[in-house]
Amino acid sequence: MCRVERFALRLVVPVFLLGALLSPRCALAETPQRERSATKEHKTSPAPAPRHDISGTWEPANGPGDGIQASGVKAMPDDGKPEHQLPYTPLGLTTLKSHKALEGVDEVLPGFYNDPRDRCEPIGFPRTDFYNLRQTQILQSEYKVAILYEYAETWRIIWTDGRELPKLVEGGVQVGKEIREPRYYGYSVGEWVDDTTLVVQTVGTMGEDKVWLDLAGRPVSDALHVEERFRRVDHDHLELTVTIDDPKMYTKKWVAMDKFPMKLQDPHTDVMEMYCSPSELERFNKLVGNPASGADSKAPER
Amino acid sequence: MKGLKVLSFAAVVLIVSVPLLAHHGNSAFDANHAISLKGTVTEWYWANPHCVLQFDVTDDKGQVVHWATETSNPADMVNRGWGKLTLKPGDQVTVTFEPAKNGKPVGRILAVVLPTGQKLSGGFGRLEGSLGVPNTGAEGGPKSDDPSKK
Repeated sequence: MCRVERFALRLVVPVFLLGALLSPRCALAETPQRERSATKEHKTSPAPAPRHDISGTWEPANGPGDGIQASGVKAMPDDGKPEHQLPYTPLGLTTLKSHKALEGVDEVLPGFYNDPRDRCEPIGFPRTDFYNLRQTQILQSEYKVAILYEYAETWRIIWTDGRELPKLVEGGVQVGKEIREPRYYGYSVGEWVDDTTLVVQTVGTMGEDKVWLDLAGRPVSDALHVEERFRRVDHDHLELTVTIDDPKMYTKKWVAMDKFPMKLQDPHTDVMEMYCSPSELERFNKLVGNPASGADSKAPER
Repeated sequence: MKGLKVLSFAAVVLIVSVPLLAHHGNSAFDANHAISLKGTVTEWYWANPHCVLQFDVTDDKGQVVHWATETSNPADMVNRGWGKLTLKPGDQVTVTFEPAKNGKPVGRILAVVLPTGQKLSGGFGRLEGSLGVPNTGAEGGPKSDDPSKK
């Protein structure tokens, strides 16, 4: 792809997304501000959860740091404890060993890791749930739910228009009669299983060479099937439970995030940019990262 | 021969490029020690994945040591009262930080006393609570909550 094409693509995608969000026919909205003002008025007793509505700006209820998950997925951190040992298949174990992570029990020295994150590659799904889950904006219409993640300013669409989950096939997914390519954020459909719980199924994600599960380098494959359960406990609180089902990498399903608490933010919250910039990362490494890790024998340059 | 030259150049590029990817883990810093130094700001770099404060410290013999110290990322720093314009070259500051274990003049900041006398958190360290700087909940907790993992 030439530079002009890349530039055009960068221009077109945000414009298309903005158009989709603002389109009258497909207006993705947050709960009206009138209802949101209840956040401050009912601190001791939040209003009940609205029906079929998880929209809003959400943040980890236990503070911004709770969603970083530096040691790996929240419910199963890579801390060496037997109860947190994942049920790897032989391929899963081999792939795990090929991932040189900066964190976790098998962390490598700086300069020897190969996390796609530090090449500013797309963070991908489901790592969006398991790494730097910070302020998260959820917009929804009757057709779809859009999730806008703070980290790397990524977004994904969950269809709630009744369409079927694409079928996993060799090389991608089958949508109707069409075979479609794997995508960094997969193909997601959601269904309300009760008044306050949206269950989302996702398939068609990238393979183990593109996306890691978490910062500890745990693997996922293109055979991955993820279930996310968004339960709005009351007006101001949301819980997220995520189950991993990846027969190539794990011998059985396991829960990576268990009722992770999120709290509603003021609807006027202006979420900051949190991007990955190769040039800024390179300069940071020259100034601090390399000298601190011994990857650079020189004194920091000015 | 030409092919050999190309290969050699590629090899050099590869060798030179590897360290540039060296973001770091927590293990590079001594989290059990804090150093406080008074110095003159040479640059406040507002950037991801971490902001960097560079400053010069002159010792009793007139020797100048140049330090490069990191804070958390801009999104975390805003919550601690920082902004891109908080510091400028020439400002006098007192920086408290965890030094690198290998003795290089780099570290990660626990707190900074600004020219105004205001003390702000650098977003790192379990010592933060004892330094009298606000804790927004993004640090100081268990390892999995450490913003330095950003």
